[in-house]
Parts: sequence; structure tokens; C-alpha cells
Amino acid sequence: MRRLMLGHTTELTLLVVMIVLCVALSFATDRFFTISNAFDVLNVSAVNIIFAVGLLVVLIAGGIDISFAVAGSVVQYLTVLALGALGGGNWTEGFIIAGAVGIGLGLINAALVYRLRIISIVATISTFNIFFGLLMFFTKGVSIYNLPDWLTSRVVFYEREMADGSWLELTLPVVVMILCCLATWFMMSRTTIGRQLYAFGDNPEGARRFGIHIGAMHAISFGWLGLMAGIGGLMQAHYAQEVVPNALYGRELDVLAATVLGGARLGGGKGSVIGCVLGVLMVSITQNGLNLMGVSPFAFKMIVGAILLVAISLSSARLDKLLPLLAKSRVQKGSARS
Amino acid sequence: MMSLVRKFNSTFGADMAGPAIALIVVMAIFGLGADNFLSFGTFGSVAFQLPELGLLTLAMLLPLLTGGINLSVTFSANLSGLAAAWVLQAHGGVDAEAAAFPLAIVAALAAGAAAGAMTGAAIAYTRAHPILVTLSMMIFLRGLGEFLTRGGDVSGLPAYMAPIGHGSIFGLPIPLMIFIVCVGLWHVLLTRSKLGFGLLMIGSNIEAAHYSGLNTRRIIMLVYTLSGVMSAVAGIIMLARFNSVRIGHGESYLLITVLAAFLGGINPFGGFGRVLPVFVALIVLQLLSSGLNLMGANQHLATALWGGLMIVVMAARTLVSTYFASGRKKV
Repeated sequence: MRRLMLGHTTELTLLVVMIVLCVALSFATDRFFTISNAFDVLNVSAVNIIFAVGLLVVLIAGGIDISFAVAGSVVQYLTVLALGALGGGNWTEGFIIAGAVGIGLGLINAALVYRLRIISIVATISTFNIFFGLLMFFTKGVSIYNLPDWLTSRVVFYEREMADGSWLELTLPVVVMILCCLATWFMMSRTTIGRQLYAFGDNPEGARRFGIHIGAMHAISFGWLGLMAGIGGLMQAHYAQEVVPNALYGRELDVLAATVLGGARLGGGKGSVIGCVLGVLMVSITQNGLNLMGVSPFAFKMIVGAILLVAISLSSARLDKLLPLLAKSRVQKGSARS
Repeated sequence: MMSLVRKFNSTFGADMAGPAIALIVVMAIFGLGADNFLSFGTFGSVAFQLPELGLLTLAMLLPLLTGGINLSVTFSANLSGLAAAWVLQAHGGVDAEAAAFPLAIVAALAAGAAAGAMTGAAIAYTRAHPILVTLSMMIFLRGLGEFLTRGGDVSGLPAYMAPIGHGSIFGLPIPLMIFIVCVGLWHVLLTRSKLGFGLLMIGSNIEAAHYSGLNTRRIIMLVYTLSGVMSAVAGIIMLARFNSVRIGHGESYLLITVLAAFLGGINPFGGFGRVLPVFVALIVLQLLSSGLNLMGANQHLATALWGGLMIVVMAARTLVSTYFASGRKKV
């Protein structure tokens, strides 16, 4: 237990903060602490969590990706067009096409990083511009509203009317999100590939000398994120019931912030699925709570930004780390004076 | 051939090669492809469009050189513009007298500097990763701006603001002149000042810089404050060009500024880079988009080509460096 706690300080801190936040919000509003609201939060954050667990793998492997959200938009468009060409299609075909296109886009990034030795942030900023520019150029910014019926009709796995008349719904995006989380967790902590990804992110050169195939690591991490971006894109289209080319534009930075809030480290080698989920949920819960408290929607982002700023600053500068530093500087000053 | 390369490197610096070659290629392609490309009109439009992106890139440049990044430049610019507009509104809006102008400029610069100083303090004192700090700062500033403006735009500015965005003196556009002055300032700062030397050292190796007696915290704070001030200058230009402020103006420039800086030979890990190649890279990007506009394509295709150009230049750099490395090994 002690080892578990020491190994997951960020996740634990986040969990404690979240519990405090939830308790405070339950007292502040009467609607917050209900099961249906909890499901609302899950439904709203499903797409972001799918993106976040994909990004987590890339971050653990020591890379960064800016292009995934836009890639999700490209996937949406191509999938809907392909389904149209197939004459309708169904969920299986939708997932296969979206996943395949997503992996393909991810592999482009992997190839740029591995073959051409462009560092990941530069490569993915370039592909971000290429994906978005080409998408807007070819679609001329036109949205698609006539999606296949199976894609837009809500899929509810479990529903129940609560005593107060509100509905409790477990929808497809949430189920897919849970599957994505489980799959990512399994890959990262129960397979050799996962251990290799951690090792590679922590020390690329060491991993290479150990005999880990660098190209495969890049391909797996960016391919996995591509797959998640594809699935997330499809879920977003299902959730929004339309395909808007710039709907996901700008989402990448929000997801990145939430993922890192959950303990993933830029630079690689650190991060967990549970922390990543907590990070995204933390942001969603804050927004949900502010909404229920009747705060102006225009103030949401400001407050979320302020919370992120404080959280990230605090998590980087732990008090126990700051204190010896202060003591040391005091000693140095003292010795300089004497 | 080799002596030519050496001569070029000694005159302009090795990092100038990428942007310079790209500039020649772009000029050649559009010069042949679009018959009215090499005209005064094209360069006029480039001259007016360049400063916004250019000033934001300058704001991005210093943090990049320290090995950091400042993702909040565009929204700092918006907020600074908002501060200026707010001062002008308080002095009567359209009828604001000329005396309000310096006040508005000071308010804008102060807003930018304050945002930058906050970011810098957070980075310098907590050692959090600059991407994260500036990212959350960006979300915060965007939220603050949207909260203050309610998502709408603020307009109704006095007529004397317009020349800053549209006017010319002796045929030279005023925004371009402001931009060139800022490029000059940054060049002097990086090559002639203690701060410039210090920030490059921090970019190379922050620990070594710290042990060599540099006050790294103070330098990082100053760098981000200056970045905020430069964003404010961009914000003022944007205010004058659009004759209004809206949170989100220029948002799409954010990642383009990073792209322009890397295209201009800035080392992605910090520590190495100069202003002039970045200036040339900016001209290349702007010429590319103007040329495509002339040929009837829209800005989105230009955005895609910007990304493509970046990959080509970076890949060429890798190939050239491996070629030279293998050549040296043989000898």
C-alpha cells in the first residue's frame, strides 16, 4: 500500500483535490451530487478521455503530438465519405475505417519523427497545419449534416429513470471510452510493449542499446494515438450528430493540459491511465460545477485556466522540494556574508 | 562549390541557408507560375500582412531560445489590444483626443508585460515545464478576455489609430516600419546585450548557466516579460488593422509562429538561433500565401503548404547534416 502511494503521488493528490472539490460542490449546489449528473460529466468528457489516453502513450514514449485533434476531424470526414461510398455501412465498418485512417495519419507522424529525424513537436505542428489546411481546402469549410442514421441515433446501453425524474444513461461514447482506457492500461502495464515504451521514453539511448527497436516504438505510440484520435473523432461525430471540419480545432491543447495535469511528464517515461482520466475529469467536473452554481459561461475558461495554472505550478514545485532549496540559499547567503 | 558554401556561411551564417534557399525557390516558382507575382502589388500586400505574424513570432522567439515556449502570445496580444481599446473608450471612444493615445499604448504594453511577468515567474520559480505553464496561461487569458468582452468585439476607436495599421510614410507601410524596428531591437538584444547572452546560455544548459553565476530566474522572468511586451505591440497593430478587438483574432497564428521560428533555424531545444533568418523565413511564408492567393487558392492551402515547407526544410537539414557527418568520417 505504501509503495502504491509513493509511486502514484500525482494521481493521489489529484484524487484528494477532486474529492474535496466534489464535496464542496455538493454542498454548494443541490444538483451536483446526483448519479445522473455524474453520468452527464462522463458523457461530456468521453471524447476528451479517448484522446487523452492516446496522447498519454505518446507522452510516455517521450514524444508530443499537436496534430491528433485535427487528425480526428480528418478521420470524421473521410469516414463519413467512405461510408457514403459504401452505401450506408454500420458500426463495425465505421470503427474499422475510422481506426485505419487514424492509424495511417499517426504513422505519418511516426515516419517523420523516425525516418527524417524531425523532433516530434516540430513534426506534429507541421502535420497539424497540413491536415487542417488540406481539410479546410478540400471541404471548403462545409459541414456534413446528413450522416447515416445508425451513426446519429443514440445508442444507450443502460438507462433508468431516477426518482427525481432525471434520466440515467450509459451511452456508447462512455462504453467506448472505458474500452479504450482498459486497452491502453493493458498495453502499458501488462505487456512487454508497454514496458518498452516506458523505458524508451525515460532513456531513448539506453533503450536502443538494450535492443529495443526505436522505429517500432515511434510507430506504436503514434499509431496508437492515431487509432484513439480516429475512434474519438467518430464518437464526437456521433455525439454532435454532424461533422464540422473545425469542430475539434484547438482541442489538442486542452487535452494536452488535462493529460499533463494527470501526471504524465513531458519528456517521457512517466504517466498512468488512471491519472490521465482523473486529469480530464477534474477539468470537466470544474466546468460542470461552475455551470450548476450559475456562474456565467464566459467565466468558465478563465477559472479552469487559473486552476490549471495553480495545479501545474504546485505539482512541479512541491513544498518539500522548495524548502531545502530555500534553506540552501539561506546558508549560501549566510556564508557569503561571513 | 564548397568554397561558395563556406563563403555564404561566413557572410550570412549557416542557419540562413534554409530560409534563403526557400525564398529563392518560392520567388522562382511563383515568378514563373503567376505572371503578376513579381509586382509592386504583391510586395505591398506582403508588407502589410507581415507585421502581425512577424511581431508574434518575435514574441515567441525569446522563450524558444531559452528552451521554452510561450503559447500565450496570441491571447496576450488580444488582451493588450483590449486594454488599449478600453483606455480609448474611457476617453470618449471615437472622439478620444490625441492625449489618450500614449496612455492607451502604455496600458497595452503594461497588460502584455504583466501577463508575461506572471508566466515568467511561474516558470522561473516552480520549474514547471514552459509548455504547461504557458498553455494554462493561454487558457486563462482566453477565458479572461471572453469574460471581459462577453465573446463580442470592442470597436469604435478614434480615427488616428487607423494609420498604425494602414498608413504609409514615404511609401513604407507604418506597421512594417514598426516591425523592422522591433526586429532590429531583438537583433541587438540577442547579439549585443548581457540579457541576450544569458538567455542563449540558459537555452544551451540551464544548470551550467546557473553554476556560472547567471541569475537564471531573473533572466527567465525578463524573457517572458519581454515576450509579453512584444505580444502587446502585435496587439496594438492588430487593433489598428481591424479597427476592433476580438478575443481570438490571430488565434490561428499561434502554431505558425513556432513554425516560422523553427524554419528560421532556431534550435528546437533552445540555445542557438538568430533573428535575421527568422525574418527571412517569415517573408517566405507570407510570399507563399500571397502567391497562392494570386493563383486563386485560399489561405487554407497556404497553411497546408507552410506545414509541408517546414517538413521539407527540416528533412533537408537532417539529410545535409548526415551527409556532412558521413563525409567527415571517410576523411
